[in-house]
Amino acid sequence: MTLLTVQNLSVEFATPDGAVKAVTDISFDIQPGECLGIVGESGSGKSQTFMAAMGLLPRNGRAMGSVQLNGQEILNLASPDLNRVRGSDVGMIFQDPLTALTPHLRVGEQMREVLQVHKGMVGKQARRLCLEWLDRVQMPVAARRLDQFPHELSGGMRQRVMIAMSMLCNPKLLIADEPTTALDVTVQAEILELMADLQKEEGTAIALITHDMGVVARMCDRMQVMRQGCFVESGTATEIFRTPKHTYTQDLLKAMPRIDASDAPQVFETKARPILRVNDIKVHFPMKMSGGLFGHTVPLKAVDGVSFEIRQGETLGVVGESGCGKSTLARAVLQLIEPTSGGVSWLGQPIVGLKRAELNKHRKDLQIVFQDPLASLDPRMTISASIAEPLLTYRPDLTNRERKLHVAEMMERVGLDRTLFNRYPHELSGGQNQRVGIARAMINRPKLIICDEAVSALDVSIQAQIIRLLRELQAEFGLALIFISHDLSVVRAISNRIMVLYLGRVVELGDGETICAQPRHPYTKSLISAVPIPDPDIERTRNRIKLPGELPSPLDPRAALRFLPSRLAAGETDYVPDLIKYAPNHYVAEHDPLEVILAG
Amino acid sequence: MFGNSTKAAQIAEDVTDLTAVQGRSLWQDARTRFVQNRAARACVLVLALIVAFTIIGPLFAQWDNEEIDWDIMGNVAAQGMPSLATGHYFGVDDLGRDLYSRVIQATTTSLLVGLIGAAMALFVGTIYGIVAGFIGGRTDSIMMRIVDILMAIPATLVIILLLVIAGRSFFMLFIALGAVSWLSMSRIVRGQTLALKHREFIEAARAAGVSEITIMHRHILPNLLGVVIVYASLMVPEMILAESFISFLGLGVSEPYTSLGSLISEGAGTMAYGTLWQLAFPLFFYVTIIITMFFIGDGLRDALDPKDR
Repeated sequence: MTLLTVQNLSVEFATPDGAVKAVTDISFDIQPGECLGIVGESGSGKSQTFMAAMGLLPRNGRAMGSVQLNGQEILNLASPDLNRVRGSDVGMIFQDPLTALTPHLRVGEQMREVLQVHKGMVGKQARRLCLEWLDRVQMPVAARRLDQFPHELSGGMRQRVMIAMSMLCNPKLLIADEPTTALDVTVQAEILELMADLQKEEGTAIALITHDMGVVARMCDRMQVMRQGCFVESGTATEIFRTPKHTYTQDLLKAMPRIDASDAPQVFETKARPILRVNDIKVHFPMKMSGGLFGHTVPLKAVDGVSFEIRQGETLGVVGESGCGKSTLARAVLQLIEPTSGGVSWLGQPIVGLKRAELNKHRKDLQIVFQDPLASLDPRMTISASIAEPLLTYRPDLTNRERKLHVAEMMERVGLDRTLFNRYPHELSGGQNQRVGIARAMINRPKLIICDEAVSALDVSIQAQIIRLLRELQAEFGLALIFISHDLSVVRAISNRIMVLYLGRVVELGDGETICAQPRHPYTKSLISAVPIPDPDIERTRNRIKLPGELPSPLDPRAALRFLPSRLAAGETDYVPDLIKYAPNHYVAEHDPLEVILAG
Repeated sequence: MFGNSTKAAQIAEDVTDLTAVQGRSLWQDARTRFVQNRAARACVLVLALIVAFTIIGPLFAQWDNEEIDWDIMGNVAAQGMPSLATGHYFGVDDLGRDLYSRVIQATTTSLLVGLIGAAMALFVGTIYGIVAGFIGGRTDSIMMRIVDILMAIPATLVIILLLVIAGRSFFMLFIALGAVSWLSMSRIVRGQTLALKHREFIEAARAAGVSEITIMHRHILPNLLGVVIVYASLMVPEMILAESFISFLGLGVSEPYTSLGSLISEGAGTMAYGTLWQLAFPLFFYVTIIITMFFIGDGLRDALDPKDR
């Protein structure tokens, strides 16, 4: 007997510009204990489908059709009836675990509330059950977590709380809406593993909504590919990945960057002199800590001694999990943040500590593309004004007319239609806005562009287009690129060399091929093993390296020695691991053998 | 041939360029939203009527606002009521002066006080707040502590002191109101600046070599303007209220000039003698202005930052 049957579901939103159809006439069902993946890009209506089924549409939304849970119609039920279903028969996990938890309630209180509402269970008994579930989701020191507030937990722990909370009443269906999108890859791997275990042990069916083909390949038995509110393809995961029938699915699979891709850039052979040299750069932020009469300050070592160089026409990829100092490094290199110490030299000239006017001469050649395409453009300026802004500084000799021509030319070069010139950022899509950001960075023909998570906020197919554009521009203008991302497979798709950062320090630096195929450092190994590959056959047989413990806080002085427990045990907490030349062009930070670290 | 031909060519090309698709700026969006707000639209109309009344009204007046109608003076309660025959459309005040002319004059004063007070707050507060927020660090701390200290002194006390020391005059009244009103404005602007200055587009401008002063007026100011305008529009009625309060206390504008606050004060004093019109007319204008102003401010807020609704 099917668990959830959705028939001819349509969702409409009433907007000032008329009705907008988010979901058109879709049907599917979920069997008990299976994992169904709903894949699609943003705006495809994948979330709205389940929001409608659960009666969580906003006021201006309207759902039509039929949704049956265990043979009972639940679409458009009154909310008291729905509340009996939600949380008890169906659990939900959302993308952002911080906003999904009430900030002023302790974890235990929120969890007990579910039990009280659905089972009438209170007191010690409820507490025991909550604790049991926190243990089952492998929450470290579960008993203490019950009395903590959501903001005291890390992103991965919050998502564990969400899962424990939704599993409290043993639901038959768990709806997971992009459950790991906001998390780091290593945490994502753990959460997915946890969900797979629960599915097996409890026989809970999972509806996994995601944009990430790799996650689907890993988790799902069957999948539905969704586009513009319709299903374009459905079938078992293995079938679709092996022989995708619809062109959209094929494009989507092709667009997915793969860490084991064969068409990635190869080793960069050049005799050219390095154009940028970064030498032992450090950025420390003083953090005020409480304690004592006036408190004291502790340096937060965001970047702690990073050195590298980059040649003309080369791409250096920088990877690391959140909080490892990737973005701070980018800003310190561009002197947008004053480095605490260390040197940056551009074309042989040091640029640290230069006066604003002196620095501006070099800024023409050093540009940056930001993560959030919308936030990096002034909302009150037309896109052509934004693109032209660097020209105003560096080419004051141009007339308005000439400037306009330059802008129009550049817009066409980055794939924007010329007629869009007096549009505002909010009228364009994310991909178009990112093209505007690239055009602004490119307008003065710089020699180096730093892309700070430049494609992370974009859909997979747009992401592939932007990466292609960057590679074309690089070939055309001989640009050097520093490509920063948390996503190793994206970095692999564009970089000649890859630098892996861990808490402000380089742990491994080498050619892209070497890093991805023969990583040396335990951290790199665990990072690579956590990256999902969009191929169910490979993905399900891979061996994962799970480092014990959570990613430690950068304020913890012991955190830097996580991969050298022997030094830590010897009491040398101030020891700084050296970067050792392992092979030509391959540097690895000092570390203990992997087995020692795994033994924790 | 005809002087600078490249310039002429450029103008010609600029003209032809205008045929391309026009973008929809956030200001245009805001205007559309404001026009769609029926309450705000009605209030703009009512306020416009009041302003028109203060301009056209004097043409129909048969008495000057300083002139005393000696025939009625002794017998205001019996003969001073509103009447078309005597030419006192709104009746006369306690001294036999024409209330119609006096209300027009008082409305003008109150509107001016509101506008100029808010404008001063807008001007001083915005500049002060942007500078404090954008420079940041110690400068910010010192500048904001000064604001904190000034805020700790009761505003009414400051105004009364200023008016007592420097004498009562229009000019002094504006100075006194402006002196206290910019404080909260500067705090709001500073907060907004702090939020804006860490946005990526400011960093992008810096990476493009734009100077700090240019960033302030090209990127920060236009993005602040929405909030600032909303707050200033809500400040207008506040200013009118403050002025009325001071006038009610007997300070404020001096005779023969008057403001709605002092007229209401006088009207309230003679209420017991059956001359209710002396209270009703100024009160009507006063309440109408305040209510319309608040509605317009609300409408502006909904239009300019729709996220905060």
